[in-house]
Amino acid sequence: MTDADMTEAQVRADVRAYLKANWDPNRSLVDWRKMLAESGWGMPHWPKQWFGRGLPSGMTPIVDEEFEAVGAVGVAKMGIRVLAAATILAHGTDAHKARFLPGILTGEETWCQLFSEPGSGSDLAGAATRADLKDGKWIVNGQKVWTTSAHHAHFGLLLARTDWDAVKHKGLSYFLIDMHQPGIQVHQLAQMNGHASFNQVFLTDAVVEPENQLGELGEGWKVATTTLMNERRGADSARKYEGGSDRPGRIYEEERAEIATVMAPYTWYPQRTGRVDLLIPHAKAKGVYDDPEVRQEVARALTLAKSAEWTARRARAAQALGRPPGPEGSIGKLAASHVARAMNKAHTLIAGADAMLTGADGHMDGVIAEILVSTPAISIAGGTDEIQRNIISERILQMPKENRTDTDRPFRDVPRNQVG
Amino acid sequence: MQFTHSEEQEEFRTALRRFLEAKSPTAEVRRRMATDAGYDEAVWKSLAQDLALTALHIPEAYGGAGFGVTELGIACEEMGRALLCAPFFATTVMAATAILEGGSDDQKRALLPALAAGDRIATLAVAEPGGDWDAANITMTATADGLTGAKSYVLDGMTADLIVVAAKQPDGALGLYLVEGGARGLTRRALASVDPTRKLARLDFDRTPAALLAGDGAAAYEKTLDTALACLAHEMAGGAERLREDALEYVSMRMQFGRSIASFQVTKHKAADMLLEVELAKAAAYSAASAIDDGDADASGVASLAKSAGSDTYIQTAIHAVQMHGGIGFTAENDTQLWFKRAKASEAFLGTATRHRERMLAHWSA
Repeated sequence: MTDADMTEAQVRADVRAYLKANWDPNRSLVDWRKMLAESGWGMPHWPKQWFGRGLPSGMTPIVDEEFEAVGAVGVAKMGIRVLAAATILAHGTDAHKARFLPGILTGEETWCQLFSEPGSGSDLAGAATRADLKDGKWIVNGQKVWTTSAHHAHFGLLLARTDWDAVKHKGLSYFLIDMHQPGIQVHQLAQMNGHASFNQVFLTDAVVEPENQLGELGEGWKVATTTLMNERRGADSARKYEGGSDRPGRIYEEERAEIATVMAPYTWYPQRTGRVDLLIPHAKAKGVYDDPEVRQEVARALTLAKSAEWTARRARAAQALGRPPGPEGSIGKLAASHVARAMNKAHTLIAGADAMLTGADGHMDGVIAEILVSTPAISIAGGTDEIQRNIISERILQMPKENRTDTDRPFRDVPRNQVG
Repeated sequence: MQFTHSEEQEEFRTALRRFLEAKSPTAEVRRRMATDAGYDEAVWKSLAQDLALTALHIPEAYGGAGFGVTELGIACEEMGRALLCAPFFATTVMAATAILEGGSDDQKRALLPALAAGDRIATLAVAEPGGDWDAANITMTATADGLTGAKSYVLDGMTADLIVVAAKQPDGALGLYLVEGGARGLTRRALASVDPTRKLARLDFDRTPAALLAGDGAAAYEKTLDTALACLAHEMAGGAERLREDALEYVSMRMQFGRSIASFQVTKHKAADMLLEVELAKAAAYSAASAIDDGDADASGVASLAKSAGSDTYIQTAIHAVQMHGGIGFTAENDTQLWFKRAKASEAFLGTATRHRERMLAHWSA
């Protein structure tokens, strides 16, 4: 019998026995995660030879339940490292997997994603950072941006152009780059809402060893697609993480510190949604909930938020019934932008003159002020509204694709932004 | 709360859509809307007897099929899509619900089987010449002599055999009264409606004999209004979806400047926005029906939300649809105008979006 044939009861019994014998909250976080990586219980759906147990992914909730039951901490699963792991598992050599996966699982080595550039945002495949092979090493020059966690990352997932004569999508290659080297400079990027969640990364003759190329030369876009698909999937599951366990014990303390570091860029994220939960409390606190104009605006915003929520639930309910995905599943991102804008408008009306104030002088300890200058992010990050509309019209409504002028000629001849 | 329809409900929808595609193509809609009665006897009979739609949400004890507002909503969505000309909304959604919510057991036994069978046309008269479906603003007051005063914007008021009239009882409490179509002192006048697929009438009462429904009139009316709002939201979502699909089909075949106008990003983005808005309106309508069926405390709030979202979306979709057709969209020959007019009339019917946003918040608990 292979592990793929194991019953739920057997898996439950096995993981329970393992935890009973080994779980100890007073171990160090890294020591415990090394044990999980070795035993395969950290990533039970990963292959057996690569730190997993080869179980079907449908079995992982059982393992998660048993971990939760005893309060056991899992392997590191937050942040860009998840994307790195998925991409390396799919496209890496045995040497890549042996070198990088353990550090990802223990949390000792963190990652960042070097895809977006000042000259290519929505048009990710238009990356113009170059990697040139000199004396047997890849020498990288260019600039990346929107790089979450780059300031403490050990490695980066790098998309760079290696062939300027090939067409756009065929001239890119994918590398794993050591972030701790003189050729890399990381600067925080201040945002309009006062936070700095992202970085700019300047690469000046940065070096990648030839063995750290991932996938074939010129196949970088294909490899990047794996990363991006996992990024989309991860966007939902990341919301599950709140702040870790508040139990006592060395391992919990270390996990809390890790969560704080990974989550630091996201403290303002609730505000970018527009905070539907604060709408009526804000209006009541300001004493304007009886104002007919305010009520209209609050009702409009609530209507959008509730309709968007019901649409998402409708999509999930249909999915649970095994139905093919309908249009209701593809409009959530665009709906969220509309909701955030409506919330901003309503909160502004409620705030009145206080909408001019920020920080402690603003309402609700500055949270309202932060909403008012944070919602513009939601219609840009993770695919702009314009890109979402293209996707909806082309993939769902089957409307014709845009006429393109950038995919039929060598990339060096494609008009592009002049940066820096 | 039920967020998606079951397999059985989807099969019901499919069968109904097939029926309506056969019985209510736009040529037939145009033929029916030009008549005074505004509907086809044979189609109405078939709808009642073959599909039992008039029995849908009436309990089996009163000759009905015992389904809920969710199924009633699906029927309305499909009728709105096909722009069916029939006294269904007046008879089944409004009058039957009012009797169901406000009648005594004896009254229900006496009245509902004929409505369930489609043998009688009925309606609910609430708004007065000011045009207000808010119970608080009803002025007509019953006396020992019967009902005196005017009701307006009464759906299928000319053809109704039975009229449920919302009027104040002598003590000031709201009552639902039954008036026969041929009652003494009742004068009916057809109103010229912007939407000829939906017939409206003004009814003048002069000491007209009326029988009071036994239950709490105010509570019965609010529940009836909730069901009507949820059903109207479905009807509007169905109509908006049809407009969206027809406009998409048109731009996909129309060529200008040497290319399909569906290839212009400005058209694609408009089509994407229309899809988003219609899907949100559908979700709101479905939630309203589900909240009513579940007896949720905030059902009135959700029903008003669905009405305001639905009528805003319907007219916006109709405006986009005319625009996407260009000049032809403004002609009488093009069918878009039929749905545009239904959307326009639906903005005001049962109360404007603005009114219902206020009603929504008044019932909001979350």
